[in-house]
Amino acid sequence: MMRNVYDFNTLQYDSQLCSGCRMCTIVCPHQVFEQNGKIAELIHPKDCMECGACQLNCPTDAITVDSGVGCAKAMMIAAVKGKKEPTCGCARP
Amino acid sequence: MNAQNNSSQAHIRPTTSKITFKNRWDHFLARWAFNRMGHRVEPGLYSLGHPAADSHVFVSGNYTLSFDALRANLTRLDCYILVLNTKGINVWCAAGGGHFSTDELVNRIETTHLPEVVKRHVLILPQLSASGVAAHDVKKQTGFRVEYGPVRAKDLPEYLKARKATKEMRTVSFALYDRLILTGVEIAHAVIPLVVLGVIMFFISGLLAAAATVAAIFAGVVLFPLLLPWLPTPNFSTKGFLLGGIVVLPFVLLRCLGAADAEFWWRAGSILAYLLVFPSMTAFIALNFTGSTTFTSRSGVKSEIFTYFPVMAWMFCSGIVITIALALARFFIDS
Ligand code: SF4
Ligand code: SF4
Repeated sequence: MMRNVYDFNTLQYDSQLCSGCRMCTIVCPHQVFEQNGKIAELIHPKDCMECGACQLNCPTDAITVDSGVGCAKAMMIAAVKGKKEPTCGCARP
Repeated sequence: MNAQNNSSQAHIRPTTSKITFKNRWDHFLARWAFNRMGHRVEPGLYSLGHPAADSHVFVSGNYTLSFDALRANLTRLDCYILVLNTKGINVWCAAGGGHFSTDELVNRIETTHLPEVVKRHVLILPQLSASGVAAHDVKKQTGFRVEYGPVRAKDLPEYLKARKATKEMRTVSFALYDRLILTGVEIAHAVIPLVVLGVIMFFISGLLAAAATVAAIFAGVVLFPLLLPWLPTPNFSTKGFLLGGIVVLPFVLLRCLGAADAEFWWRAGSILAYLLVFPSMTAFIALNFTGSTTFTSRSGVKSEIFTYFPVMAWMFCSGIVITIALALARFFIDS
């Protein structure tokens, strides 16, 4: 299993706002959250790859993350073309 | 029996879980990046087997590889498949890029008259679409409950038994096979730069440099993805520098042996040029591979570009300048 190789990211979680719906534990592809009693707990923050799924699916806005594609090619193409947000179209199944 | 009768307006296309030779050929072409945007399925509602009003509804993108992976794993099941218009892009990239989105899903539910076709308003989405779809918003706007299934379609039969995914089913892996499959696209993208750089290197330095170009690019495109977990440095660029450095060593040796009677400065200059030009090529390709992986974060990749791209550019350019200077010096000394 390969993990995020960078030791920082933009994921922030405010447990005060959590309603315990478990959505973040379901959608995260890297098991960053785990349900602990009535609320979610951030257990592997460093594994976050900033996909944004947890933020988007959290009904109480307890999670924020500056999400986007972690793709150097897309970012460089966007920089050259003067676009702000890179898009990607790789051929993954 | 006939699904069309459920609603006068709903247009439902029949499909099967069979993957034909034509499908496999299409997958092969997609993996080698031929006609990249042409691997599409018509968006809309599909019926698999003989679904009824209480059958499952699965949601997918209109990239043939995504749609086929889903239906191939739904054998002996009567169900509906709602295909969104993801512009022929796979689920994850489409979700990240805003094509597999809440709006598209809500819109597709309406245009296919899905509420009139099924009684149970539940949709099963691939987990990786969650970065584009807000389940609670879909519920609010359409009344449909979104359920995120496993990451991989092959786990669906197991998932459907208990309607629960294990940790493994919820986690993206990036195993050797996953990386191997991606090299097809990487090779296809590398062909033109390879030929151009190879020809340039041949003219400014000779056949050995052209061969080293091929080796450095091959290392970045094929060896790098395969060896990724075992390259010991912490990020993609340094892993690429390391790999490129190793791959270019035999060429450096050949260069020195082939010019044993050349002046010391010329041999030293050649070694330096090789060590500057080729590892930076491999490192650049390695950095580009970040987009193909399943675990790189945007802020991380951004900082890596800022830190290492200038290094690569400087190494490459100064290496090329040295190579040209050496070639000119040789030309004037010999003539
Ligand atoms: S942004 Fe993605 S990877 Fe990071 S915690 Fe949220 S769901 Fe997990
Ligand atoms: S999705 Fe939000 S509200 Fe639900 S468990 Fe996670 S943090 Fe709590």
